[in-house]
Amino acid sequence: MIILALLTIPFAAAGASILIKPDRARRILVIGTAAVHLAMVAGLWVHPVPADPTAWLAVDPLGLMFLSITSLLFFCSALYSVFYLKRVAENPQYESSEDDVLFGHRLEARFSAWLCLFLGSMSLVCLCRNFGLLWVAIEATTLFTAPLIFFKRNRHSLEATWKYLVLCSVGIALALLGNFFMTIAAVVSPEQTVSLFLPDLIQGAPSMHRVWLKAAFLLFFVGYGTKIGLAPLHNWLPDAHTEAPSLVSALLSGALCNCSFLALMRVQQIMVAAGLSGFTEDVYLVIGLLSMAVAAVFILGQGNYKRMLAYSTVEHMGIAAFGIGVGGSAIFGSMLQVVNSAVVKSMLFLVAGNILAAYRTKTEDGVRGMLQVMPVSAGLWIAGLFAITGAPPFGVFFGKWVILAETFASGRFVAAVLFLFFLAVIFIGMSKTMLEMGLGASQREKMTENPLSLAPPLILALISLVLGLVVPPAVSDLLHQAARLLGGG
Amino acid sequence: MAFPMDSLLVCVVLIDLALLAMSRLVTLVRIAALQGVLISALALYVGGANPASILTATASLVLKGIVFPFMLMRAMREASINREVEPYIGLNLSIVIGLALLALSLWLGSKLPLPVPVAATLIVPVALFTILAGLFLIVGRLKALTQIVGYLVLENGIYTFGLAISHQSPWIVELGILLDVFVAVFIMGVMTYQINREFDHIDTNQLTDLKD
Repeated sequence: MIILALLTIPFAAAGASILIKPDRARRILVIGTAAVHLAMVAGLWVHPVPADPTAWLAVDPLGLMFLSITSLLFFCSALYSVFYLKRVAENPQYESSEDDVLFGHRLEARFSAWLCLFLGSMSLVCLCRNFGLLWVAIEATTLFTAPLIFFKRNRHSLEATWKYLVLCSVGIALALLGNFFMTIAAVVSPEQTVSLFLPDLIQGAPSMHRVWLKAAFLLFFVGYGTKIGLAPLHNWLPDAHTEAPSLVSALLSGALCNCSFLALMRVQQIMVAAGLSGFTEDVYLVIGLLSMAVAAVFILGQGNYKRMLAYSTVEHMGIAAFGIGVGGSAIFGSMLQVVNSAVVKSMLFLVAGNILAAYRTKTEDGVRGMLQVMPVSAGLWIAGLFAITGAPPFGVFFGKWVILAETFASGRFVAAVLFLFFLAVIFIGMSKTMLEMGLGASQREKMTENPLSLAPPLILALISLVLGLVVPPAVSDLLHQAARLLGGG
Repeated sequence: MAFPMDSLLVCVVLIDLALLAMSRLVTLVRIAALQGVLISALALYVGGANPASILTATASLVLKGIVFPFMLMRAMREASINREVEPYIGLNLSIVIGLALLALSLWLGSKLPLPVPVAATLIVPVALFTILAGLFLIVGRLKALTQIVGYLVLENGIYTFGLAISHQSPWIVELGILLDVFVAVFIMGVMTYQINREFDHIDTNQLTDLKD
């Protein structure tokens, strides 16, 4: 019942936000939807719903973990959207024109509607138990975010959206082929129907056809990997994150990429059950390191701070993939990593939105002396720098630590050294850029910062700090359970 | 029994080659639609006369044969797009590459034996070739519209592959897939219109501002 509500409420809210005329009521509706969604997810933590083995929708630890991230980030982004949309409404540059089909008149109504649809489709990804439906939901998240990325409606956002749509659609089409390969792998006899239900697949995994299953995994990896933003298929990611409104970038980075990661983890559950984790480990290790390497190269000397954050997302998805590849307790490290980096990265994107609003430039050398001009945002920005690069006491540190310790323990010294090297390069690259922006001298006057633009990143920063200082036992338990589903500890 | 099936599959291959050789945009859209119709017919043939099969085949027929070509033609008309395909890779070379891809697909098909007997042995190589042809159209042509056609051809190929195992997947998922494809084409069509308005044409090689 509550599971169904998690899906229907966002979709209903999407419909309602098109119909509601006054901006104020609509903004309240979006925040209300986010709050109700978050409350229901919290309810799932307190009273777990037992999974019905035949149901299309159910909650398991892995799903609940990603659902919680999504819901939390959406709530913060929804709060932030009030600040953002007010600013847009005051800016005549964004006046909509009649011949614009996607947004047309009443720009804001459509924006809110797409936002709610995005939440609904992401919830579906986290809750569904059928591989076919999972595919449909992932593709739906692509389609619902495209208009959000295109929100600013200029040449650059157009280019970013087109690249995003084409790359991700092709990627996801290959994942569909992966679904078919998986079906073939699972065929036992011609008469028998193959069910694409996760529990059935896991149960039947040991007797699946090896060649087809491996081919299916590779197709899934390429397909969903494109959407996760793993190198070398990450090309859409920096463009989309840079051109989208900052609150959308926060959701893309923290929720969308992670939902695709969840889809890949569902595939991994089957690979583990089939005893093929040795085969998948190598793929995850290599691609994880490659993503970190690409991120390191492009973060160093990156002139555009939103782009730098986007490459940092590539890095963090790479780290999470790397942890899955290492296996053992590193899988728990990956789970920690996913949760913490999602929280911190979203917070940084929201702060980047504040910076963009104040300085009106995305280039880092146009932003100096944030500590004088906007002290609170600057404090969050610099705290975010340390949090995201994995300095204690923030949560990201522990994820990286667990992964690194297990890499050494499993005797993969080359991989561990490379891992450390890329982390160091990225730390240098990011801290140079972000400290320069924070410090330095500026001719600007000190400005008053809007509390609406500060509260959401502040909430996220506090959560990251708490997750680093004392991991609540409930969270730790859930992450351990999730890791166990993936064959880890 | 296999005769109509094989003929249909051969037609699908011929259409793939024709798509690679086409220089006029309108014809490209039309024969891609024809391919969609053929594949829907195949789906009906493989699925047999039961309600679920008729429902999905009809939905596929209506979308691929009528709705998509209509949307693409409309996007072309409204954006008053130049009628030429403007290949990135020349048309003659495209056909040669197409034949090489066909050979590759036949070889791959022979290397990937299906564990279950299927309606026609040609189905796997034909599906693979259609997938590769779609990918080639996406990377080998300049116009945004041609890339949408490429995406549709790619999807047709995957759908054909699905026919080999059609009795194993539930119809509700197939409908969901069709719906997603529909929305994808719709949004891409709108984007095409926007690209044209912004840049005065829909060559995607103009979309190169964003880089590091």
